[in-house]
Parts: sequence; structure tokens; C-alpha cells
Amino acid sequence: MILLELKNLSIAFGGLKAVSELNMKIKKGELYGLIGPNGAGKTTVFNLLTGVYRPTEGQILLEEENLVGKSTIEINKKGIARTFQNIRLFHHMTVLDNVKIGLGNQLKYSVLEGMLRLPRFFKVEKEMDEKAIELLTVFGLEKEKDILASNLPYGKQRKLEIARALATKPKLLLLDEPAAGMNPNETGELMKTIKFIRDEFQMTILLIEHDMKLVSGICERITVLNFGSELAHGETNTVLNNPQVIAAYLGE
Amino acid sequence: MKKVITKRNIMVALLVIAVYAALFFLVNMKVLNRHYRSLLAPVGINVILAVSLNLTVGFLGELNLGHGGFMSIGAYAGCLFTIYTDLPLAIQFPLALIIGGAVAAIFGILIGIPALRLQGDYLAIVTLAFGEIVRSVLTNMKVTGGAGGLKGIGKSTNYTIVYIVAIITILIISNLVKSRHGRGICSIRDNIIASESLGVNVIFHKLLAFVVAAFFAGMAGVLYGQNLGILKPDAFDFNKSIEILVMVVLGGMGNLTGSVIAAVVITLLPEILRGFSDYRMLAYAIVLITMMIWNANPRFAMVKNNVYSWLHRKRGNAR
Repeated sequence: MILLELKNLSIAFGGLKAVSELNMKIKKGELYGLIGPNGAGKTTVFNLLTGVYRPTEGQILLEEENLVGKSTIEINKKGIARTFQNIRLFHHMTVLDNVKIGLGNQLKYSVLEGMLRLPRFFKVEKEMDEKAIELLTVFGLEKEKDILASNLPYGKQRKLEIARALATKPKLLLLDEPAAGMNPNETGELMKTIKFIRDEFQMTILLIEHDMKLVSGICERITVLNFGSELAHGETNTVLNNPQVIAAYLGE
Repeated sequence: MKKVITKRNIMVALLVIAVYAALFFLVNMKVLNRHYRSLLAPVGINVILAVSLNLTVGFLGELNLGHGGFMSIGAYAGCLFTIYTDLPLAIQFPLALIIGGAVAAIFGILIGIPALRLQGDYLAIVTLAFGEIVRSVLTNMKVTGGAGGLKGIGKSTNYTIVYIVAIITILIISNLVKSRHGRGICSIRDNIIASESLGVNVIFHKLLAFVVAAFFAGMAGVLYGQNLGILKPDAFDFNKSIEILVMVVLGGMGNLTGSVIAAVVITLLPEILRGFSDYRMLAYAIVLITMMIWNANPRFAMVKNNVYSWLHRKRGNAR
């Protein structure tokens, strides 16, 4: 079953075609990779998917529903959550509160209930705490729940960002260079975590990555972008052995 | 369900009562002279103003230079209501407070709308202009008594009422900040792109912060008018807004306890410095600058953090 389909997706900034006529089909439960040299337009694709930019042409279909023209907030409610290349945590908030922000659209109470601390406030907050701690435990962050997000070491900040995105209960999780700045050990651990998320939450994951070990290790299929257009797509190993891809991206 | 009666809540309640008892004693035993007694209500009013401004400046992270404007709108709305109606005081006064707050809150929405499009310096200038426009409109309207001021307001408040309203303000705003909506507001401050990507309704949360802050500023305005018995537009000029902002910055952005302490200190400071007579304002400025430098000092920040984390730990145990 196809979860996400991109049809002829294009965006131009003035004369620059950042992404042109991109087609992609991601199946439910798949681990899909998006690779390409710097400036190929990978993050732009993420920004198109999450409604930060509006495509000049083409369609984004999530379970056959067109998302083009919807706001970032609506798209999140439809089921797409993401992490960022440069980590964007809520630095002055605790680890727990970062995750609870993600839960905000499932567990609700009104402003008055919050201001006056009516019974529902305590009930919902307790539920939120439990769910958030459950998620943090998956990432081994439960001990750090009360410290400020900015005080976490780098690798854990990346994990917290993933946990926070998962809190919104997405159907599709977008990871933008999750292994950036990690050493080989941390990357290895991250690979396990990503696989675990897919199996545990039956998640579909689309990730951008430069680390070929990670990509070939966990992605089932990939698309290679170069100068905004598709160079190749298909099974990871086939694509990575494609001479054109090697020339454009991996180098001789 | 968490209990409402926790050790910490009892401690807070006891502290609130103890502070009031101390005030009551100081006033009734004539320990404070008339001059200092007359300062009690303004201290409380400034506490309300600083705590409410902290919501927009500290928690939402938008510089607001027009808090005096919201205060004056509330003051005039509430006080005009008391002048033109003839109800028993026990009904009239609370109604005036709510009307003052509500009218200011409506203007909070009006200012909140540009805040959805503008950020940082641009929004600061809009709020600054807002405060000045309000002042000049009030100066030129007949019903407000113009520059001569609005006279004949019954002096129906005292330090007890101000104290109660201040406590309610602090309670409601600190509850708000620690609720899911407060987290939404803080997340916008920390990273607006991330909060949108997590489905936080940015428009709603920004407006909420502006409206709640304006509501309490309006209430503070009503208390101000009812305390003085006369309202003049000049009392709510740019300087007033800046004075409140100084309290928030000095107390620490996003720190309600700090706002309360800073409001008390800054209101009392010029009076304590009366001994310097001619050099009073100079001394005030120097003290302010010193405190700001101190506040920014990493060592002092460390001491402050230690105190807060110590308090926090205590709080954790109480749960």
C-alpha cells in the first residue's frame, strides 16, 4: 500500500529550480532514503512535504489526500512529523516538556481548565506525563526528563527531537540527517533505534542522510537527487552501484 | 489525580497569609508613616503589571513597549463605569475590574493581530506606537476629561484589595504558564518553526498571551484609578511602559518570582533614595545600571540558578 506519493513535484525560487519534477512512491512501513550532494534540494523536499514551502507544480498525496496548500500545522495533524538538519529543540524547556508539546494535539483541556487547575487539568497532565515518559524510555532519556533540553549532549538532543516528533503520532516520519555529527558508534546505535522505531510503531520513515553506511544499512529503497532532479531510484544496493550515481555523488 | 493540598501549596498559602499579616501589622500599628503606607497599593499594582507583561515579553518572547497603553485603557474603562453607574460598591467594584480588564483584552486582540505577522523590533515599534496613540486619544476625548484628567473617581480600593488581586494574578498566570497552553507559548519563543511542525497553533497561542497580559494590565489600571481618585493620560506615557519592562528584564525574562521582587524593589527604590534629594534620579539610574550588570554577570547567574534549582528540588520532594 502506498502511503506517500509525490507527483511531478517542483518548486522554483525565481529562476532557480530547486526541485523539478520529482516523483516518489513510499510504501507503508518502508524505510526510504533520500540522498544527494549538498545543495541537491533534499531539505527543500522536506520543506515542501511539511508545508513550509508551497510547490509551484505537482502534488503531494498522503493516503491519496492532496496536501498541497495546507499549512504546516494542518499537515502535522494529517500525520507528517519531522526533525531538522540543525536541531530545533525548545532549548529553554525541559526534556519532558519538549515531548509534551508534541502530545498537545491528542490530549487536550481548555485554557480555563488550565488557568484554574480544574480536575481535568490534573487528569490530562498525568496522562501526558505517562505517555511522554513512555516515549522517552524508548530512547533512554527518561532519567534526563527534568533537565533543560539545551543541557543534553548532542546525540541525545537528536534522539529527543525524534521522540518529540513521534509524540504527534505521525503516519510518516521525516528525518533530516539524523546521523550528522555523530561518531561511528553513535551512528550504529542510531541505526538500531531507527529500525526499532519502524518495527515498534509500524512507522514509515523517509530520511535524508550523507552517511552511506547508515543508508545502505537500513534503507530499503532510495532516491538520488542531483541539482533538484532525480538521478536514480530503486533498491538501495542497485542504486548505489549505478555508475551515474557513483560519478555524481560518491565520487570515483 | 494529583492532590491540590500538597506540602508546597500549603507553604505558599502560609507565606501569602504571613506577608499579608506583616503588612496589616505594619499599617495598623503605625510602624509605617503615611508616605510609605501610600506606597503599598502602587507596589501591588506594579506587581500585577510586571507579572502580566512577563507573559508577552518573557514567555512569548515578543518585546511589548505598550503595556502602559493597555493599563490606561482598562483604567479609563473601569473608572468611567464606576462614575456613570450607581450600584452598590460590592457589585460595582468587581464589575469595574472585570470591565477594565475586558476592554483592555479587546485591545490586546487588536495588537495581537499585527503580532502574528511582525516579530522583534517591528512589533516593538507597533506596540510603542499603540501606547502613544492611546495616550493622545485619551488626551483629546471629552468623556475622559482630556489633559485635565478624569476626576471624581471614588477611592474604593486599598492595599488589601490590591494584594488580593495581585495574588490572583500571580496564581492564574503561573498556572497558565505551567499548562499545555503555557508550554505552547514558550515553544513559540524557543523555536517557532519547530512548534509549527509539531502542530502548535501559533496564532491562537500568540493571541492568548497578548489577551491575558492585556486583561491583567487593564485590571491594574482600574486599581490605579480607584487608588488615586484621578486619572491623567500623562501617567501612562512611554516611561510607564518602560518602567514595567525594566521590572521584567531585571527580574528575569520568564521568571515570575523575579518579576514580583523586581516590581517591589523598583517601586520602592526612588522612595528609599529620597535621602539623596537632588541626586535622587541620578542614584536611581546608577543603582539600575549596577543591578543590570550584576544580573548579567555569570557568577551571579550561577548563584541565582543554584537558588532556583534548590527551590526546584524542594518542590520535587513535596510532590
